[in-house]
Amino acid sequence: MWRMLSALADKSFERSFGKTTGYRARRPLVKAVPHRLLSYSQPAHAPGANPPDDGVLPTCATLSLRHNLPMSAPKMNPAPPNPTPPRTPLPSQVVKEDEPILVAAAKAGDVSAFETLVGRYESKIFRLAQNITQNREDAEDVMQEAFLKAYEHLDGFQGNSRFYTWLVRIAVNQALMKLRKRRPNQVSIDEEIDTGEELIPRDIEDWGPSPEDRYKQTELSEILNGVISDLEPPFRIVFQLRDIEQLSTEETAEALGLSVPAVKSRLLRARLKLRQKLDRYFKRSENK
Amino acid sequence: VNCKTIVIELENYLDQDLDADLRASIEIHLAKCKKCKLIVDTTKKTIEIYCNADPAPLPQDTRIRLHDALVKHLRRARA
Repeated sequence: MWRMLSALADKSFERSFGKTTGYRARRPLVKAVPHRLLSYSQPAHAPGANPPDDGVLPTCATLSLRHNLPMSAPKMNPAPPNPTPPRTPLPSQVVKEDEPILVAAAKAGDVSAFETLVGRYESKIFRLAQNITQNREDAEDVMQEAFLKAYEHLDGFQGNSRFYTWLVRIAVNQALMKLRKRRPNQVSIDEEIDTGEELIPRDIEDWGPSPEDRYKQTELSEILNGVISDLEPPFRIVFQLRDIEQLSTEETAEALGLSVPAVKSRLLRARLKLRQKLDRYFKRSENK
Repeated sequence: VNCKTIVIELENYLDQDLDADLRASIEIHLAKCKKCKLIVDTTKKTIEIYCNADPAPLPQDTRIRLHDALVKHLRRARA
């Protein structure tokens, strides 16, 4: 029986990932280590503390609303002046509305539904893992472990929050364990950081409306990756979860075992530090 | 509200987590203070640029290894 199921699983995965006959995984999976932060239950949030779990991931459009941000052209979803006309949903929202169905199917044993979820989030989870561990091999291990644990513990996912949020929490736990194992003497995410620095930036330059457009996509990616890599882990990880993965402050606090004020404090510093570091690339006076 | 308040409250301001009075006071200050306006605008832009940056596609070899790991796990789980 298991052979049949495995064959089905193989065929199913091959449809998504391509045929891999004869290939042997280079990197063995690292056995998971229990960790105090590891929890697969849903976070208990104060009523009203989090956005409603509507099965739709917050997009940059919703984040833009949250941050009062102008939205960039390719992903723009302008708020209609009159809320009554039906708004055309973003393609990403349309796709993600099927997430609860996919999760339910995966829980019922539908491997292809889980594959779809993996395919949807593999790049994001890999980026998350890379930004936390700052190591490609570790990031790959973390990604594998996160998806395997998610599959293994699907029954524990109650659907009270977004599947992606739950997956991010698993990946963060795996990544933090990896980080601590590799660099035990490195500053811990739990420690309070006293930078002693003045928060008010001294030299402020105007960036203009779309400074990122001055760079090619690959160049921009290198700049963004380089700048965020320079941040100390406590700041980098909070920024990653809050502003890139778009977890709420409470979700970020719970995922990292920090208090809400600690998350807010680190986020403020992370944003200001990144802003400062990007200044040299984006200021108007910079002639490229 | 002064320049220090703007920086201290920047996170709450950007996340729209301020009471209306303080928010209004901050906006009055921002209308007058070019330096603070630039801090707010460039910090917003920082978040926006990172938020809009799509992750690079997973390298094919990494994807294959992920596939193999999942298939192996399924086999084990169903054994």
